[in-house]
Amino acid sequence: MKIEKKKYVQYTKDRSPKSNCFSDSVRAFWVGGSVCFIAQCFQDLYKLTDMKDETVKTLVPVTMIFIAIVLTGIGVFDNIASFGKAGVLVPITGFANAVVAPAIDTKAEGYVSGVGSKIFSIAGPVILFGVLSSAAYGVIYYLVTAVMK
Amino acid sequence: MSMILQYVSAFAVGGALCVVAQILIDYTSLTPCKILVIYVVSGVVLSGVGLYGPLEKIAHCGATVPLTGFGHTLCEGVKKAVSENGLIGVLTGGLSATAGGISAALVFGYIAALIFKGKPK
Amino acid sequence: MSGLFKFNNGVFIASTGNAVGKKEHEGPLGSLFDIYSEDDRFGMDTWEHAEGESQKISLNMAMKKGNIRDSDIDLVFSGDLINQCTPSYLGLSGINVSKIGIYGACSTAALGMGLCGVMIDSGFCQKCAAVTSSHNLSAERQFRYPIEYGGLQTPTSQWTVTASAAYILQGGEGMARISEFLIGKVADGGVTDANNMGAAMAVAAFDTLWRYFEESGKKPGDFDKIITGDLGEQGYEILLELFSRHNVNLAPYLTDCGLLIYDRKEQKTNAGGSGCGCSAAVMSAHFLKEIEKGSLNNILFLGTGALLSQMSVAQGDSIPGIAHLVRIEGKK
Repeated sequence: MKIEKKKYVQYTKDRSPKSNCFSDSVRAFWVGGSVCFIAQCFQDLYKLTDMKDETVKTLVPVTMIFIAIVLTGIGVFDNIASFGKAGVLVPITGFANAVVAPAIDTKAEGYVSGVGSKIFSIAGPVILFGVLSSAAYGVIYYLVTAVMK
Repeated sequence: MSMILQYVSAFAVGGALCVVAQILIDYTSLTPCKILVIYVVSGVVLSGVGLYGPLEKIAHCGATVPLTGFGHTLCEGVKKAVSENGLIGVLTGGLSATAGGISAALVFGYIAALIFKGKPK
Repeated sequence: MSGLFKFNNGVFIASTGNAVGKKEHEGPLGSLFDIYSEDDRFGMDTWEHAEGESQKISLNMAMKKGNIRDSDIDLVFSGDLINQCTPSYLGLSGINVSKIGIYGACSTAALGMGLCGVMIDSGFCQKCAAVTSSHNLSAERQFRYPIEYGGLQTPTSQWTVTASAAYILQGGEGMARISEFLIGKVADGGVTDANNMGAAMAVAAFDTLWRYFEESGKKPGDFDKIITGDLGEQGYEILLELFSRHNVNLAPYLTDCGLLIYDRKEQKTNAGGSGCGCSAAVMSAHFLKEIEKGSLNNILFLGTGALLSQMSVAQGDSIPGIAHLVRIEGKK
């Protein structure tokens, strides 16, 4: 009895029920939209104070990160994510969740080598590739402006 | 009126960016981590070619809050630092511009790890 | 080499005990389990310790029910899903018995029972115990994402069961007899999707079951039930399909512990339960009781395991499966 791997894998893929992309996308749309809407509310609220524009620009993501971290801590963020799908994963809230979830998870392995290293386990690549690509852009930008002069 | 429009566009653009990720999740085998990476890098690229700035003007938080906005902030930071300080700005600009968000996530995240425990699902 | 062990001297299950988590307690079989933990912690601080404790609780329960002391037990085979079988060693370190850690992914319960049978039938041991556990949160942490992470599940993914079960086996007499044991071969269908372990295990289940029918000369109709461990919806249907391609209708006999333990819709467990505690606890709490009552008399228990490791998946390898089979008979 031999099973041909290629055929078998194709067969298992074909028969698997798919996520309902349409309903997932509808949810992602309105949940993701709501997250941005809430952020917008905070932004306009902060603008009413005498804070500098630059400060407001930083404070808005900081607020969203704070909310996401509290929701993760009390154990409801993953429930929201299983309902709202990409709607909470793609905004900065998903990044915050990716930082705090492994941190809470590794308490038992110690606060330095456990939490301290695992806090980057999912968010690390995001920061790394963000910095790498922006540095690459910086070099190009530098060269282009140098040539223009 | 422009106020309402601002909220509508934040909602619509933010939602649309999430839908793109949802389609990637459902139709490819990309892990959530890879999708976040793709989003940040796309943000840098779109910002670099000059498309993300105008989008931010229209959609405000709808453009800044999704992770592409994080890439945009990195890119803007590098651009500004290079114009002001030359080549060294390549290394200093990105993280300085995003320092608030990253530090907030790390500081709050660490404190949360001290306070909270994982819960059974 | 045939690989089918026949225990001619008589190997019996003397007693069994089990312990489960909250979600399993709330499932359709909930009232059948001996003990459950309201917070899945079993009174411990870490999930790995909790899982170890669940093994200890179920072994103690089995000893109590069978009126057996730990000094009566010659050897314990215990296993789980975590690296280096950590919970098995953590949990049973306080019990004074000789111990072997075994890894068979989710097939551990059947493997442990079979190995106990070998030790007893050969006369090396009088009494042996097989202990198995899995824990949703220790497995989630090791194999998938941190517990509070909002990663998304696909419809083919399975829910790791928080459960543990212990069986004490002996010669002479008992509630049920273990008469045959077939050790599985690693079967690789090329599946790389860690969210579709049912498909990865189904090829192994087919391989072992087919070999058993070939070597024993029996047919599915000779058995009251053929019970697989944790194939889930996908694996169950694939196994039926693989047999029907060979003109064998398995549907009237086949049942899967992973499909029984949860109400899949209500409890949102997608394709069903998985993990070695799943088949261990369902066999202990449900099917062995049926055998004792006499409503089942001759069953095949097929432990199914997906040999998944984070490292091999990251390196792009496919996920092979393995399935071990034991035949359990009642008194009739």
